[in-house]
Amino acid sequence: MSLTAEDKAIVKAFWAKASGRAEEVGSEALSRMLAVYPQTKTYFSHWKDLSPKSAQVKKHGKTIMAGVGEGVAKIDNLNAGLLKLSELHAFTLRVDPANFKILSLNILVVFAVLLPAEFTPEVHVALDKFLAALSRALSERYR
Amino acid sequence: MVKWTEKERSTISAVWEKINIDETGPHIMARVLIVYPWTERYFGSFGDIFTVAAVLNNPKVAAHGKVVLTALDRAVRNMDDIKGVYASLSRLHYEKLHVDPDSFRLLADCITISFACKLRSSLDPQTQATWQKFLSAVVDAMSSQYY
Repeated sequence: MSLTAEDKAIVKAFWAKASGRAEEVGSEALSRMLAVYPQTKTYFSHWKDLSPKSAQVKKHGKTIMAGVGEGVAKIDNLNAGLLKLSELHAFTLRVDPANFKILSLNILVVFAVLLPAEFTPEVHVALDKFLAALSRALSERYR
Repeated sequence: MVKWTEKERSTISAVWEKINIDETGPHIMARVLIVYPWTERYFGSFGDIFTVAAVLNNPKVAAHGKVVLTALDRAVRNMDDIKGVYASLSRLHYEKLHVDPDSFRLLADCITISFACKLRSSLDPQTQATWQKFLSAVVDAMSSQYY
């Protein structure tokens, strides 16, 4: 299920429209992940406030979307391009890679909420493939 | 049996009330076939479903979307016996239709996303959580007779 040239073009075009609201997308996606999949809260036991409006959620949402943006920029070689991020997740954060799917779904839900006209089925499938490829790249250094 | 609070029951009803089966059913079915094209294997009798344009214009795809949401309506009306509502449908999907139950999970994700397009910010995180809890119960019930 690798990204075709068309997939990459669709992802880049959509990102051009969405990246201006990256911070909003990130904190919304994170809030939804924490609300819908409470087991993900275990990674944030050191945060005081897990509510959607909290400064920590907003800041972390921004961080996450910066990573997604990096993925868009390095879309032609995700595994190599995101090696450092993979090492961070594998060795320091030690996030179970099953959670990448969960966050990916919530990013897609937020795209649907914020940009329903642009989030057509064709865009949906390209982004779903991209986020899956991104997740694989993040899992690269785990074992 | 899944336990529902009063708040969850009213949240699910409120979401469902905003959905027009004739409008949204076709969108959901089209999305499943486009985003997860391997699901095409179950619809050999639908004719051309092999390009995005074909899927979006296929009347059998649209009709099946309405069938699926009509079945979901039964679950909304019988939240305390979702397993009972879907027992025979589950058996049918296993024995006669030979559908991989992971497909139900894929369909549930497309339902959530289609609803997000329609309801937008009124599908806030808490509402999404409750709605996905409901869909998980539906997916479990649809998988329950696979043995």
